[in-house]
Amino acid sequence: MSILVNENSRVVVQGLTGKEGMFHARQMIDYGTGVVAGVTPGKGGQSVLGVPVFNSVEDAVKETGADTSVIFVPAAASADSACEASAAGIGLVVLITEHIPVLDMVRCKAMLKANGTKLIGPNCPGVISPGKCKIGIMPGYIHKQGSIGLISRSGTLTYEAVHQLTGVGLGQSTCIGIGGDPVPGLKFIDLLELFREDPETEAVCVIGEIGGDNEEKAAAYIRDTHYPKPVFGFIAGLTAPSGKRMGHAGAIISGSKGRGEDKIAAMQAAGMTVIKELGHFGETVAGTLRKK
Amino acid sequence: MNIHEYQAKRLLASYGIPVPKGGTADTPAEARNVAEGLSGAVWVVKAQIHAGGRGKGGGVKVCKNLDEVEKAAQAILGMQLVTHQTGPEGKKVHKVWVEDGTRIARELYLAIVLDRGYECLTVMASPDGGMDIEEVAEKHPERIFTTRLDGAHQVWPFQARKLFFGCGLTPQQIGQGVAFVSNLVRLCVEKDATQVEINPLAVTEEGNIIALDAKLNFDESALKRHPDIAALEDPEEGDPLERKAAALGVNYVRLNGYVGTMVNGAGLAMATMDAIKQAGAEPANFLDAGGGASVEMVSKGFEVMLSDPRVRGVLINIFGGILRCDIVANGVVQAAKNLNITLPLVIRMEGTNVEEARRILNECGLNFTTATSMTEAARLITEKTKGVAQ
Repeated sequence: MSILVNENSRVVVQGLTGKEGMFHARQMIDYGTGVVAGVTPGKGGQSVLGVPVFNSVEDAVKETGADTSVIFVPAAASADSACEASAAGIGLVVLITEHIPVLDMVRCKAMLKANGTKLIGPNCPGVISPGKCKIGIMPGYIHKQGSIGLISRSGTLTYEAVHQLTGVGLGQSTCIGIGGDPVPGLKFIDLLELFREDPETEAVCVIGEIGGDNEEKAAAYIRDTHYPKPVFGFIAGLTAPSGKRMGHAGAIISGSKGRGEDKIAAMQAAGMTVIKELGHFGETVAGTLRKK
Repeated sequence: MNIHEYQAKRLLASYGIPVPKGGTADTPAEARNVAEGLSGAVWVVKAQIHAGGRGKGGGVKVCKNLDEVEKAAQAILGMQLVTHQTGPEGKKVHKVWVEDGTRIARELYLAIVLDRGYECLTVMASPDGGMDIEEVAEKHPERIFTTRLDGAHQVWPFQARKLFFGCGLTPQQIGQGVAFVSNLVRLCVEKDATQVEINPLAVTEEGNIIALDAKLNFDESALKRHPDIAALEDPEEGDPLERKAAALGVNYVRLNGYVGTMVNGAGLAMATMDAIKQAGAEPANFLDAGGGASVEMVSKGFEVMLSDPRVRGVLINIFGGILRCDIVANGVVQAAKNLNITLPLVIRMEGTNVEEARRILNECGLNFTTATSMTEAARLITEKTKGVAQ
């Protein structure tokens, strides 16, 4: 088991004929992901990397039974692409693109919610169930199949954490980058809920950062629902100044809101194991799990 | 992106939102001219910098005749204005806004913000205008009224009525308030403003409502589709190195320390800053070399970071994903050669094409130290920058 994606996922790549889309689609196919279709309006009928290209997601779904979409289109067209996938009945949309205007995302999420479509991203590395399915831009080879679930607001910070986990022999069930934007799709709580029911996942790592209150809400959820699995937490940005946007549109301390110290305090109060030094991420998780 | 009060007031006026009549001036004589062209018997001269608390710092003056206007402008223009938001060094004033004085009966507060929790635009109002709203929220949460918009960013009249009945306005003023909020929401949605603060929103002695101040913040991800808004950015505002970085498309934030950092990815960049601090040194900057950074881009990011004279050494931390390590290695080599870098450099790379990257770095003749883990990298750069003269 794993959550969200597995060896049976049928993936349509929106923006397959573009440079980024093609580069990462090739890596996904090499990893073993079931890429069944591409969509680029106006390029229907072509074939790229041995995958048929369609003019619309609707056509792709009809012809190939695609159930999951990954989006590599420019920011100005991304919300439209996500809505198109949702309207075509896609169940899970993985939105990689960054710099999408946030008011576009609010509108887009309203439609996805009405259709019951799950969204990962935007501004994210994607989702991987190691050994089964990789949807996104993460380097596949650092992962190892196993029983740790991982959720993160970052891209490369996630790779760092995964690399360390793999290094200490801890494989992963599913790793999700939820993205660094202020209005993301699935959040920590939604994914903790899915990991709760996943028999393969034995422990969960939550990698947060400054800005917003997603981490505090996750901590409250873990405490209030007596979360049955060990949860590890890490927060990036403790040295970030207030009022400055640290790369990610969502990583900004506003006044007294969104500070790293408060997030760490909330995680500790909820009984989570907080990892303070990133360099010791893997060994801390391994050491703590050995004791349990 | 923030804009000046005078730009905000012009934008509000273009959306049919009432603001005092006024104009800008760069000299005291110009200020007098602007005042002469206005109708009032009282004028207000206001310093134009991106910071709140200007009145307390002496950047806002009320004048009863034209000589006073000229004198006020003389005093404000060129001053180093210090407020609680500028830091102790203050900000130099290059421009003033001169407007008609308003006879104020009451001061309210009105704001539209993106609520990250509910994921929608939210309109807030309070009868306690002119005050620090965070303080009101803490001490008198019952005196803040909020209403959330739907996913289509639609505001209904009843939502605005609820806010202004809460603030105790008369039925006639509530009519004006509904139009005010409706126009302000339209501005937000059409121009991708994600934070708007009207503080104070004044009720005049004549019973009309008018925006006496306005702070507008725009979504930087949307500036491409609003060239008119992008053009309002003031190159004099903000850190010069941050401006240089922005012009080059490099994500850079200047901090107060002495260890320069270049990292790919915002989360890892923040974590690297934290690791430097934990190792006992102080990070000089946040720099995200980004996903699709080219050799040229990485090289230029390097150039920006090293323009900071406080930097004593640099930690480069790259975990390859979209970004390939060999591209970064080429950028580092090119920048090192162009800039004649002599500072201690610690490089830690992992991920896609790392062997090729190490070969490039090893064969270029550059004097660097490699680290295999983050902890080791942070420790090495801390050792190398301790006691090094600035």
